[in-house]
Amino acid sequence: MLDAPLAEADSTHGVAWTRKDLLDTDTLTRAEIDLVLQTARGMREVRSRPVSKVSTLRGTTVATLFYEQSTRTRASFEVAAKALGADVVNLTASGSSVEKGETLIDTVSTLEAIGTDVIVMRHHRSGAPFLAARHTSASIINGGDGTHAHPTQALLDLFTMVDRLGSLEGRKVVIVGDVFHSRVARSNAWALLKYGADVTFCGPPTLLPRYFVPTVDGRRCTMATDLDEAIEDADVVMALRLQKERQRHGLIPSLREYISRYQVNPARLRKAKPDALLMHPGPVNEGIELSPEVAHGAQSLIEAQVANGVAVRMALLYLIAARSRV
Amino acid sequence: MNERLVVRGGRVIDPARGIDGILDVLIADGRVVEVRPGIDVAPARVLDARGCIVAPGFVDLHAHLREPGFEQKGTIATETGAALRGGFTTICAMPNTRPAPDCGPVLESVLERFQRDGRNRILPIGCITRSREGRELAELAELAAGGVIAFSDDGNPVADPRLMRNALALAGALGLPITEHCDSPEMHGQGAMNEGAVSERLGLSGQPAAAEAAAIARNIELAAAAGARLHIAHVTTRRGIEIIAEAKQRGLPVTCEVTPSHLFLTEDAVSGDGPEPAYDTNAKINPPLRTEADRRALLAALDAGIIDAIATDHAPHAIEDKLVEFEDAAFGISCFESAASTLLTLVARGELRAERMVEALTSRPAACFGIDRRIPGAGRLEPGVSRDVVILDPSAEVTVDPTRWVSKGKNTPLAGKLLRGEVRAVIFDGMLAQEREGAHV
Amino acid sequence: MSAARYLGPEEMSRTIRRLGHEIIEANRGTGDLVLVGMLSRGYPLARRLAAAIREFEGVDVPVGSLDIGLYRDDVARRGAPPPVRPSDIPFPIDGKTVVLVDDVLFTGRSARAALDALLDFGRPARVRLCVLIDRGHRELPIRPDFVGKNIPTALVQRVRVRLSETDGEDAVYVYGEEAASA
Repeated sequence: MLDAPLAEADSTHGVAWTRKDLLDTDTLTRAEIDLVLQTARGMREVRSRPVSKVSTLRGTTVATLFYEQSTRTRASFEVAAKALGADVVNLTASGSSVEKGETLIDTVSTLEAIGTDVIVMRHHRSGAPFLAARHTSASIINGGDGTHAHPTQALLDLFTMVDRLGSLEGRKVVIVGDVFHSRVARSNAWALLKYGADVTFCGPPTLLPRYFVPTVDGRRCTMATDLDEAIEDADVVMALRLQKERQRHGLIPSLREYISRYQVNPARLRKAKPDALLMHPGPVNEGIELSPEVAHGAQSLIEAQVANGVAVRMALLYLIAARSRV
Repeated sequence: MNERLVVRGGRVIDPARGIDGILDVLIADGRVVEVRPGIDVAPARVLDARGCIVAPGFVDLHAHLREPGFEQKGTIATETGAALRGGFTTICAMPNTRPAPDCGPVLESVLERFQRDGRNRILPIGCITRSREGRELAELAELAAGGVIAFSDDGNPVADPRLMRNALALAGALGLPITEHCDSPEMHGQGAMNEGAVSERLGLSGQPAAAEAAAIARNIELAAAAGARLHIAHVTTRRGIEIIAEAKQRGLPVTCEVTPSHLFLTEDAVSGDGPEPAYDTNAKINPPLRTEADRRALLAALDAGIIDAIATDHAPHAIEDKLVEFEDAAFGISCFESAASTLLTLVARGELRAERMVEALTSRPAACFGIDRRIPGAGRLEPGVSRDVVILDPSAEVTVDPTRWVSKGKNTPLAGKLLRGEVRAVIFDGMLAQEREGAHV
Repeated sequence: MSAARYLGPEEMSRTIRRLGHEIIEANRGTGDLVLVGMLSRGYPLARRLAAAIREFEGVDVPVGSLDIGLYRDDVARRGAPPPVRPSDIPFPIDGKTVVLVDDVLFTGRSARAALDALLDFGRPARVRLCVLIDRGHRELPIRPDFVGKNIPTALVQRVRVRLSETDGEDAVYVYGEEAASA
């Protein structure tokens, strides 16, 4: 008998995924996010194969439940679920029992009763997926809730940045636009701060948070109203979609003024680091938050974001459906 | 019927008469007969109140009974039963019923229901405007003649300043106060909670503190110009209190109330204690739970007497009204049966003095709406006149369990919370109406 | 739990060289030969086999890596999701002779998963299975073509191959009661 390492010691995975739901990035640990990104790398490789589909989740039913219009997020999840061999049911608020006044909890219970394992949910009300998650044993993945959170977008953005930049420690990420109403900005901030990035929120004062500053381990988001200053030496510039009704609600004087002060255009992008990454969660209002040259320019990662979205959503579906239930 | 009852050895607090000491209270023939040490009469039932606070029956300036029109949320029978259980022997019923008491005949039918089903004394509050819609005035004089104690459109602040000015002039001439929910909805739309760090964190629409303060300031100016009495319903903000304090310094007939919910809880109750935000719809109330700084300012103003009364804003809702997305959920907290325990918990923590708590639940609200003139002895323990007594055990440890409540409204953010103090017994109309043992509220 | 070292570095090296010879012999050379190592320890073994073949034949045989996490038949039954890593097969496998390389052959379920995974990359002319250790107890009709060592084991025992690339040493251990000794 010889001295030998313990048999269990060479387990290859550090952290086990135990979460039933994915509701936001704020409570995810760095190790959990690492696991998502690592798994997504494997999924991206699957997508590059001649047969870009596996049957790992065969027998798993994934429902997309969308109370708000969305083509890309829903399609991205559907492709991701099918690429893993899951069955997919698509429900939208219009043309379903939701229109007949069925409550969210009843809808979710019904989906559970017909054997749905994972519900991907988008809702115009902040917190709706949290309500659903408490009332079903099916897993809930938040596909965007009101102005609160959009964790899968944040994780795909993070995946894209880490893919290009390696470590994000000390990297400057400027998120510009309607931060106040942006679930993308908020969920991105949590994830980026956990990865050591310096995050700046930039926009007109009426579209910035006034009381709440995302903070992780003492690292706080910086607030800025002058994009020309904020963009200097940025490693990543992420523009947010501007809802055109913001003008009607008196939050911005005019699109013209907004464009002149906050549009990311070639002149402004030149103030960032030379190879700064340009990102946008889509869909882009070309000519408003991004000038067309920039949107389609060499620094734009918008298409990579969309492609990576499938891999990251595959990773999340896989981890949640195959999670440890001990 | 002629049973005599001695409440023995409790700390009797009767602010109206300046009494605070260990005394006995004799109740007979439906009234408080004597308040003094060492009462020894026989035969009599004796209630051992050592270690307890003995106070006049509570007077609530702000309650929602839901009937007629919303019986799934509560009925006059269930909600007045809940009130009695919570020590509230006289309550003012807000007019947000369907139909709303905006004219004599509706008021009359509501009063008939109160008479038939009420388990305590109910005083009606009449509408300011027709159907509480803020467009045309209600028939204020007819409502006054029918017996309303005040006017209010409850959750609908009167937006039109000219209409408010006229309403104040008419109410002032009738000698009745207007009790106003002070908010400026045009400043925020329909904010679901306090505008601040928590609303921004959770992505919820917010009501800025400025919307309350601006409405308070406007209504005080209008009331002063009209020479009318104005009662500010459920003040929640530090700035609101400062404006009210200034009006009081000027000698204006302005009074105000605060709810136990706003004294006890902050906006943090919406997000809850867990790692994931709770979006607790049971903590959704209008005006919203504010910040800790506001809560401390409310406690200080209550202590200083700037805030006159503690009013429950008891707002029962059916389960389905709350089991929905936060911004779609109804506003309101069912409060009658937890009010005393939350307030006594504040006393136990040293955040509120017991004598001030009793005053704000009894003599001061009675004075705000002139209730003591309508109901002789209300809000005090006057021998030969007063009829209601509450006995509080400030040291009991209780867990809030709304499933045991009489109220139909189980909507409380305090479910499962451990509180200090409870209502031990309630004497209504000279009769022992409630007596409780046990560790649940 | 007791543990016995079954194989040391020198013997492992000899075994790998022997396996390399056997593969060349069976394939009659290196024509159309590719090696695909299963993650995590089959891949470094495949690279060592390729190095050995280069030594004997002077030819670089392509080496790829294959992750089978998504092809396991126990994904939903395990305590935790198996880790998923990118596979890397940067060459076509159509019409090739693919030698799948793994460290330990046990129930045969990993080999089954690897076959499914491999076929998503193309259509090889033939697939061969090469393992460093065969410990028996097959649950599926899988048979290795090249075996480094057969270790008779009891079902409760565990076999661990440690490689300098992944674990800092070259050794094979058998854990559990009544460990067979070398």
